[in-house]
Amino acid sequence: MMRLPKLLSMLVTLLACAFLLVPTLQSVLAGITANYFRGISSGLTLKWVIEVWTLYADSIFLSIWLAITCLAVTLILGVPAAYALARNPGRLSRVLEEFISLPLAIPGLALALALLQLYGSQQGFRAHWSFILVGHVLYTLPFMVRAVQAVLAAIDLKTLEEGAASLGAGPARRFVDIVVPNALPGILAGSLTVVTLSIGEFNLTWMLHTPLLKTLPVGLADSYASMRLEIASAYTLVFFVMIVPLLMAMQWASARAQRILS
Amino acid sequence: MTLSLSSVAKTYGDGTRALNPTDLEINPGEIISLLGPSGCGKTTLLRLIAGLEVPDNGANIRFGDEDVTRLPVEKRNVGMVFQSYALFPNMSVRDNIGYGLKMQRLPRAEIQSRVDEVIALCRLEPYANRAITALSGGQRQRVALARAFAPRPRLMLLDEPLSALDAALRLELRDELAALLRQFGTTVIFVTHDQDEALAIADRVAVMEGGKIRQIGTPEELYRNPQSAFVAEFVGHAMPLSGEIRQQTLCLEGGELPLPDHAGGGSVYVRAEDLRADPTGPLQAKVETVTFLGTHYRLGLTGLTGQRMFALHHGASSPAIGDNLRLSIAPDALICLPHS
Repeated sequence: MMRLPKLLSMLVTLLACAFLLVPTLQSVLAGITANYFRGISSGLTLKWVIEVWTLYADSIFLSIWLAITCLAVTLILGVPAAYALARNPGRLSRVLEEFISLPLAIPGLALALALLQLYGSQQGFRAHWSFILVGHVLYTLPFMVRAVQAVLAAIDLKTLEEGAASLGAGPARRFVDIVVPNALPGILAGSLTVVTLSIGEFNLTWMLHTPLLKTLPVGLADSYASMRLEIASAYTLVFFVMIVPLLMAMQWASARAQRILS
Repeated sequence: MTLSLSSVAKTYGDGTRALNPTDLEINPGEIISLLGPSGCGKTTLLRLIAGLEVPDNGANIRFGDEDVTRLPVEKRNVGMVFQSYALFPNMSVRDNIGYGLKMQRLPRAEIQSRVDEVIALCRLEPYANRAITALSGGQRQRVALARAFAPRPRLMLLDEPLSALDAALRLELRDELAALLRQFGTTVIFVTHDQDEALAIADRVAVMEGGKIRQIGTPEELYRNPQSAFVAEFVGHAMPLSGEIRQQTLCLEGGELPLPDHAGGGSVYVRAEDLRADPTGPLQAKVETVTFLGTHYRLGLTGLTGQRMFALHHGASSPAIGDNLRLSIAPDALICLPHS
């Protein structure tokens, strides 16, 4: 009798997984089916995947490039910001923290509109990939700051730094030797979030993009709207192949960092 | 190196005076304890010497001939042991100990040999390559000491180095710490709220209260010759014999006691170990509590003065609760304070 609740909960979990996974698998399968309307019996093919690659390779590279640069910028801005907030707790820090987090509460579309109103007339910038980067940084920065700050708040950073200072380490050495290594689990968790959010971001990017600058999700929407269903499905497959290994690698890295430090 | 402080004071941003202007001179190689209850300013004084706090204007801190008043902590070359040890969790025991040497930009081989030397001195060989998280409290304390001592500091500063340990371990490590500090041979200042610790480890003890040094002296001087009621009560728990002084006689609720010639007419104190049961003694009190403590009994007495007094009783059996006990105090055991 003790086993019944366990069985039930297992069943519910499996059903929930199936509910989420079956459509995904179906979509992936559609991407390698010769003719979706005739089903699998029409045969399997990589034709659509190749077509996606020839049509949208630029989007794929642009997305990867944006994710990397976005990560670099959020690291450079976010880690010192989180450190400054953790070292100086007080009213001003709370206000600043809320301010940094503001883009979370504002819809991506509104954020994009604001950027367009302000910088839209500057042609060189408007049509450059860095214009999309600005949007991505605005949107992902709070995730980096929050993740790092949470880790820094859990350790006695002030005393650790005083310890390093008493041993002769100046402020820059302390940041590199003490702050960054001890914040590593937070930095990795933040990086994971930033990269996945940047690659998957649609809302804001759709508003900011130009026909020559399509990111992966914008290209996906484009292919859904204008191509055969098989191509759109193959696109989904490409998306998965890219993002799943990335997610797993970063999960592994952050689990490792957590193990080292605990 | 002689450490000299003159008019060192600290007022925090919110206006609290943590330390009143303080002068202090510490001789080379001396082990000094700053002893006092929490909030007395002892940690503030230690942090000012370390350079972790900036003193109020007018202060002067000298390491030998060098004025370090405005020097930040990283340039003072002091070894600091924190209450929580502040060991770097991202580094091994070895790397923690070698960090200060690395900051001095010494060649790698020299760092290695110095680290080995300090590890041997602190008997940390079995733990050298462990992670900090894999160490016990006592081991962490030794690593913290080794890390502070490795860069050959001009001064070692210890903030409550034993308070993070549990009571049984604390007693054991107290003697070990005292021996290790003597071996180091550097000037040491350590902060504690525990008088046993201060008396056991230090050459001289500075008793602090209310942001001031009340008295400074050897443990024996402080114990036998306190200059104020606070020091008498804080060091060795002396109890006031409150009564009226008529000529050279102290009149208490429980009898009259002749005072020695050196009594200045101020208050008179006595310690529990000097209050003896004596069938022919001039004083009388009623036994209210009896606590067996292994080597002796601790008796709570009433009727001697207005408040409860304690006496230590050595012997195979103790007086019973409710007994009337006759007591005497040797004249030289009385602590006579000057008029305050």
